[in-house]
Amino acid sequence: MSGAWLQFVAAGLTAGAIYALIALGFSIIYNTCHAINFAQGEFVMVGGMSGVSFVAMGLPLIVAVPLAVAAAMIVGLLVERLAIEPAHGNDVVTLIIVTIGVSLFLRGLAQVVWGKGIHALPAFSGTEAINFFGATIVPQSLWVIGGTVVAVVLLGLFFNRTLFGKAMQATAQNTLAARLMGIDTRVIMRVSFALAALLGALGGVLTAPITLTSAEIGIMLGLKGFAAAMLGGLGSFGGAVIGGLLLGLIEALGAGFLSSAYKDVIAFVMILVVLFFLPTGLVGARSGDRV
Amino acid sequence: MSLVHNVLRTLGTGSVAFTLALGAAGVKAQEPIRIGSFLAVTGPASFLGDPEEKTLKMLVDQVNAAGGVLGRKLELISYDSAGDAEKARTFTKRLIEQDKVNVLIGGSSTGETMAAVPLAEQAGVPFISLAGAVVIIEPVKKWVFKTPHTDRMACEKVFVDMKARGFSKAALISGSGGFDKSMRAECLKVAPANGIEIVADETYGAADTDMTAQLTKIKGSAAQAVLNPGFGQGPAIVTRNYKQLGLTQPLYQSHGVASKEYIKLSGDAAEGVRLPAAALLVADILPANDEQKPVVVKYTQDYKARFNSDVSTFGGHAYDGFWLAINAMKATNSTDRAKIRDGIEATKHYVGTGGIVNMSPTDHMGLDLSAFRMLEVRNGTWTLVK
Repeated sequence: MSGAWLQFVAAGLTAGAIYALIALGFSIIYNTCHAINFAQGEFVMVGGMSGVSFVAMGLPLIVAVPLAVAAAMIVGLLVERLAIEPAHGNDVVTLIIVTIGVSLFLRGLAQVVWGKGIHALPAFSGTEAINFFGATIVPQSLWVIGGTVVAVVLLGLFFNRTLFGKAMQATAQNTLAARLMGIDTRVIMRVSFALAALLGALGGVLTAPITLTSAEIGIMLGLKGFAAAMLGGLGSFGGAVIGGLLLGLIEALGAGFLSSAYKDVIAFVMILVVLFFLPTGLVGARSGDRV
Repeated sequence: MSLVHNVLRTLGTGSVAFTLALGAAGVKAQEPIRIGSFLAVTGPASFLGDPEEKTLKMLVDQVNAAGGVLGRKLELISYDSAGDAEKARTFTKRLIEQDKVNVLIGGSSTGETMAAVPLAEQAGVPFISLAGAVVIIEPVKKWVFKTPHTDRMACEKVFVDMKARGFSKAALISGSGGFDKSMRAECLKVAPANGIEIVADETYGAADTDMTAQLTKIKGSAAQAVLNPGFGQGPAIVTRNYKQLGLTQPLYQSHGVASKEYIKLSGDAAEGVRLPAAALLVADILPANDEQKPVVVKYTQDYKARFNSDVSTFGGHAYDGFWLAINAMKATNSTDRAKIRDGIEATKHYVGTGGIVNMSPTDHMGLDLSAFRMLEVRNGTWTLVK
């Protein structure tokens, strides 16, 4: 039975890693403009689908993957410039509604550009499963988990060790004060969207060989990532990672040991229970004011 | 797509007004035979409705170019129900009452079909559905027919094959979409009668991206073979996970994924997978003496020439529905709604894309298990299982 245990944990960690990447995107944008970006799932889709397109053009994976991520970052910048910036100064609810519109627009556009079909990206290093104490893991899972770890570490260095990263943190803590200190918060906003798109697209290309990708894939992934961000504590980077991994594990273990039909129910009920006792999430700020 | 459709609709209503005017002038003989259709041309079920509508358009043009039926031209009035049962109902009402169609062909999904059934029954319009579920023809409804195989037949075909390979214990892993759920229920129902015991019954969500947890449970069960009633990307992920976990039991898929797309998405994990499918998909590898071969080859070529895309079984359902209606008009030498109905019910040995159809007052589908071919993926393509 230990093989089954490990198998569920491996499945949970792989799914959890992508939830974590998406949750990080939610948190970054939440920190700079205090809005939930419901187009976050679409960044994942754009990453995966552009990856498929670039590979179909005959580019090798090593070129196609960075290009796909870059394409999603451009989309993220455009979204910020064309949709979010004009609405700046409005209240948060308006911004959230704008992001819902953006997500619908991107999904529709993707269906026009890429069609409604389902696509697969070739695995980065073969599909021969690796046997690991009775559990089997596809090499791509290691890419997903490894990619997430690298992304999280780099993100941590960026926020804590670079001036620009610190400026972003300052903006998150107090936008007005940051502006008074000479930080151009508009640039911060743009970068935060580009970063969120980068993380989403990274998740999208890394998982496309396992989960396949389609114009619709962002809906459920966006929702799961949002749930993970809430679970960990919206705005907290550590929380996003913990929330994502935890959500993936709950899902996989729930499906494995309880009932596969109710695995989403199990996951969402757990989240509700956590939020009931810890309204700011597992690692969220314990302050009184909540948006 | 919706632009084309809007133009069609405008043309449709326009020509109704036109023919009314003509009728008043007493030139009734020139009035076209009207075929009404409501299909999910857009929306999530567009992969059904899109080839169906294209097929109908192509056939209407072909027949008209050849002089029409009974000396009259055909006119296709097609509405886009977008997979919505409520819209399907509204359009059916309009087709029956305003457009005064002679026959209804449509309903891409079971939901749309069932919404239209009461209207067709009440008004007495022959209605050929293109949707899968058994409920459409069971119990038999006087005016309602259908062309696709049922999911029950797919289950039976798979179980017969399992039995022939000496298996008696099977596992199910199903998705949670409408097709998946309906087929799972049918399989559970017909398994005992086919001597198959279902020892594991797992499900996964429509947007799930990993099924290793469910498959690990199946791996630990006594199943000798596994059936995956599913649709969309789910079965491809199941197939990949299946190989990843190293399950050795034969894997069966449903007719829901009977397309090249499935093999492409599953990669080499699809090797050895079996599934029941219509002859249409394997037109090129059918033996030359196969009765369906000329029909499916011609339809495949015509469709490819006109739309530059591959045929799907769904378009084939529309093909069969169209010819059942036209043959009934020719056989009864009439375009009267009741006569067409009688003609369809009297269909004997119609060789179509979905199989050989023999209708009767108690069977409004007219297909048997021979309509399905058992296919196996070998070297990245379909082969017929002998």
